[in-house]
Amino acid sequence: MEETEAEVAPALIAVHPHRSSVAVAVGYDLRVFDLLAGVGVTLVNDSSSSSSSSSSFHKDSIRAIRFSANGNLFVSAGDDKTLKIWSSISWRCIFTLSSEKRISAVAISNDESCVCFADKFGVVWVVDITGFDANQPLLDKKPTPLLSHYCSIITSLEFSPDDRFILSADRDFKIRVTNFPKKPLDGAHEIQSFCLGHTEFVSSLAFFQAQEYQHHLLSGSGDSTVRLWDVSSGALLDTCDVANKAGLLESNGNGKSEEHGHAVTDLCTTLDGLLVAVAIQGLQGIALLSCNVSAQTLTLAKVVSIEGEAFVPTCLGYAASARELWIVTGVSSLPGCSHPSFARVRVISGIDIEQEAVVLGDDKMPGGEKLLETLQGTASVDENAFLAAAEAVKTAMCNLLIKKQYTSESRESRKKTRNDRKLKQ
Amino acid sequence: MPETGVKSTFSKSTGLPRKRFYRARAHSNPLSDSHFPVPISPSHVDYSIHFPQIFPDSSKKIQFADVGCGFGGLLISLATLFPETLMVGMELRDKVSEYVKERILSLRVANPGQYQNASVVRTNSMKYIPNYFEKGQLSKMFFLFPDPHFKEKNHRRRVISPFLLDEYAYVLGVGGIIYTITDVEELGDWMKSCLENHPLFEALTEKELEADPVVKLLSSATEEGQKVARNEGQTFQAVYRRIVPTEQTS
Ligand SMILES: C[S@@+](CC[C@H](N)C(=O)[O-])C[C@H]1O[C@@H](n2cnc3c(N)ncnc32)[C@H](O)[C@@H]1O
Repeated sequence: MEETEAEVAPALIAVHPHRSSVAVAVGYDLRVFDLLAGVGVTLVNDSSSSSSSSSSFHKDSIRAIRFSANGNLFVSAGDDKTLKIWSSISWRCIFTLSSEKRISAVAISNDESCVCFADKFGVVWVVDITGFDANQPLLDKKPTPLLSHYCSIITSLEFSPDDRFILSADRDFKIRVTNFPKKPLDGAHEIQSFCLGHTEFVSSLAFFQAQEYQHHLLSGSGDSTVRLWDVSSGALLDTCDVANKAGLLESNGNGKSEEHGHAVTDLCTTLDGLLVAVAIQGLQGIALLSCNVSAQTLTLAKVVSIEGEAFVPTCLGYAASARELWIVTGVSSLPGCSHPSFARVRVISGIDIEQEAVVLGDDKMPGGEKLLETLQGTASVDENAFLAAAEAVKTAMCNLLIKKQYTSESRESRKKTRNDRKLKQ
Repeated sequence: MPETGVKSTFSKSTGLPRKRFYRARAHSNPLSDSHFPVPISPSHVDYSIHFPQIFPDSSKKIQFADVGCGFGGLLISLATLFPETLMVGMELRDKVSEYVKERILSLRVANPGQYQNASVVRTNSMKYIPNYFEKGQLSKMFFLFPDPHFKEKNHRRRVISPFLLDEYAYVLGVGGIIYTITDVEELGDWMKSCLENHPLFEALTEKELEADPVVKLLSSATEEGQKVARNEGQTFQAVYRRIVPTEQTS
């Protein structure tokens, strides 16, 4: 039923942990730029894939991309029910896996032994990739079910930095913390805690890299807040109402914000978590929260606005070595628009407590015009596309995350047209 | 209760709600999203609404959950058998949960001091158990005559499944007991094998089953159980204890 509706997908970005490359996914397009060599990367499909000649490696919108913590691997997955594991050195696909359902989130254990992904039924699967060889395609690896959220779409999957826990967040406001077992192929049965407090879908999760705070977590939600948790107990330590603090509610005029108008769409810890970058609907730029984990406080430090463009980020990435925040906004094909897809990449440098954060102009971008050409598909961005994209981004975020509320009438009619009923008659 | 000309939904002779006014669809699809309030977290469950004579002066927590409690027969029996224990029925169909609520309220009126420890919530237990109970909070969970969902592709609608057992293991304290019974042999086998294969549960021994007064209620206390008994149907039970796994995973 929903399968037939064309859903727009928000653009995604991921920065290599050593800042050697940056990847952007928009629609089914995967674009990678090599920052060391200063050139766009040509991805190479694995030999087992049927259409090795095709320039698109995914057949439908990509919903999740990420690098492994050590930077050896990269994964991409999405609506085409396909997950691809790439060597982020050779940029060769070393493994393609098909899932029965669309894939909504992925995670790689920090020791690079397992890749996990969540499907549209709320089931999290695990693939053992121990001993992979960047030059050798992985053979015959089958995913096995690890855990499940009962019929809720999983929006985010994350390993704790010590790999002790796997976290799964869903559309039902829930964050589940599960002990990651020694033998993951037997399933993960021991739930450590649930982090409960959000009053809308949970959109994003982020851990702190600092050793002493490995079990502290940040989460962003459609309820327009970011929350700080202790995952071992599930205790909520602090809440920052970002929409309110960043003044987004006032600008609206009538004092009442539109529903889901200020969903937090992504967040990212920087400087070992001292500063948290937050993308939130309705904000042209990002909010920086300062986080004091030992004092258990989360407060708005500043808002970095992006002038001159209707730039509401869909995804964030952080390059620790350069203290840069990489941000993207964009969507897969815009309905009724000549642009097949749209992506715009910006960088905010000087992510620091003391320094002033600066939004880099296109002429100052690392990788320059070539990078923009690779990641955006074009070096210069059409103003009109921007406005259309901003609207579509909003819709995309809603479709992705907000449960469709059916009237009782449409529910009845959906029932009547259900396939299993039809067969009976 | 003031007399009105209209037929009361309460029986005049017993003061209890009449079941026929609370008839509802026989089967609910637990997968569809209904809209009822869900507590944000267990600390948001308002105990003084459910147990007004006990709260706010107590710090007790609910220890028994009857999942898919139907018309509430088991709760009614347990309430007097364990007068110090707080218990709650969870029911998806709103008319049925309303019936149970009224039933308990009138029993409280008719028997002062009793039935104060039992209540009911309308919820989808398959989605919201963690919103009601903290880790290790429960000492007993009941799944009596759950809907069978025969078709293979509907097995994921069953209230006992390998994945859902992870959540039940989370809300049950170590030593806590999960009770299941059904008159459908296939479902009985399914529930038993799910529990048997789960690393956090072990079967009670014959002796333990013998000694547990609750086991006897499984086939006799609920409306569904009584119906099966009337028809002299066979029942299949599986009773398991929450254990610490032999090999710690972490
Ligand atoms: C066959 S009846 C048995 C009722 C009762 N336990 C008895 O033995 O008489 C099963 C009950 O479970 C309820 N139910 C089914 N799925 C449920 C769910 N996900 N959450 C709560 N209740 C559910 C149904 O509405 C129904 O009342």
